[in-house]
Amino acid sequence: MRSFADIEAGIDRLADTDAPPGQAAAELLALGEEVLEHWVIARGQAPTSERKEGFRLLALHRQGAKGDPSFNACRETARELAYHYNLIALEPDHPEVRQRLRLATMVARHLCLFVSGKMEVAGLGEFCCSSRPLRAGGG
Amino acid sequence: MVDETDKSRKYRSVAYYPGCALEGTAHAYNVSTKAVAHELNLGLKEVKNWNCCGAMEVKNIDPKLQTYLSSRVLSIAANEMGHDVVMSPCNGCYHNLKKAEYDIEHDPDTQDVVERLSAKAGHATYKAGQAETIHALDWIKETIGEEGIKARTRDKLAGLKVANYYGCMYVRPRHIFPEKDKGPGSESTLKPHFMDDILAAAGAENVEFPLKTACCGGAHTLSDSDTSTKLVLNILEAAEAAGADVIATECPTCHTGLELHQVRAETRFGRKTSVKIMYFTQLLGLALGIRPRKLGIQENISDAMEVVIAKRLT
Repeated sequence: MRSFADIEAGIDRLADTDAPPGQAAAELLALGEEVLEHWVIARGQAPTSERKEGFRLLALHRQGAKGDPSFNACRETARELAYHYNLIALEPDHPEVRQRLRLATMVARHLCLFVSGKMEVAGLGEFCCSSRPLRAGGG
Repeated sequence: MVDETDKSRKYRSVAYYPGCALEGTAHAYNVSTKAVAHELNLGLKEVKNWNCCGAMEVKNIDPKLQTYLSSRVLSIAANEMGHDVVMSPCNGCYHNLKKAEYDIEHDPDTQDVVERLSAKAGHATYKAGQAETIHALDWIKETIGEEGIKARTRDKLAGLKVANYYGCMYVRPRHIFPEKDKGPGSESTLKPHFMDDILAAAGAENVEFPLKTACCGGAHTLSDSDTSTKLVLNILEAAEAAGADVIATECPTCHTGLELHQVRAETRFGRKTSVKIMYFTQLLGLALGIRPRKLGIQENISDAMEVVIAKRLT
């Protein structure tokens, strides 16, 4: 599995890609799934292969939020990514398809940043003093 | 069941709970909310001797203690001031008061704790259903409505492109907002639109903004500032990519985070964004003809006056 940094780099590459929009949108969706897999695996579970509303991304989000309602803070971000995938895949010739792809990469990046940040915080606890190891590390 | 007309009447005079942030970093949100209320002839009576809602700090240590703190605000409004509606412009306070309403109604253990602590503190216990918490968006939308705003503002915000940013606490968790997701006219927890509706009625052009309810990184801001800055930077860049001149906010934590991390993104990562950040009450106030100083616009870090002048909003 790729690191968050590699996933983020992959998302950044798709922001300016010449690839067909539908293909780029599918790659973004796959990167979003990979982000959520990180979270699910870190919680000691096997990532689901099921789909919710036609998307594995949404099934993975639901799996990740079970027992941790705060994970729902990225529920709409995951849904936006699925929505943008639909927009691009269903209308690949739309005059604004590149703009849609650009916004979709920002949504995917947000999901990646949120989950990677949350994993770091979850590993440290939720209290303010838990930031000490980060500060000690120069963060 | 309260119908639309009754709701409009019910919300015209409410108990006002500004919360801690509006007395500090979000002072401009407080003054602009009051200025808008005055202009619209809506009654705001500040909750007497109010306390912190419990925010995140208390909730992380003892959720029931947080519920008690929020219940005290509701109790004072209902039992000492005779109000059955509490209006809170802060997403954190709004969320916590709504959660207290829900937990007190549905959880006997919470009821016991609230009753015990209320007795110890020497005030009447808040009882389920005594008061309803609403957000400033509900308050404007239900009392004045889009037609009322249109009539009073005459497209004053025309030419202004706005990305409406609601943050994450305004709509989740869904179960504490029973009035939402009730079809036409109600707010949506999946795609909130009340701020869009209000500002569009004042003439603004709402851009397609995909991060309306995305996390601003507020919870990470002390423990992992770089992640917060990156999350905010992504929101700012998405708003600019969508063509927005301004990001309209309705949460003091989000607003402060956007403004401070906009500066930090430039110093830490060399990424400059120029989109302005303004409370929706500031934008609505301008549309109503209130002077910028009375709306606290000079307090905004993102130099919102630049866009006010450029778009001839005064």
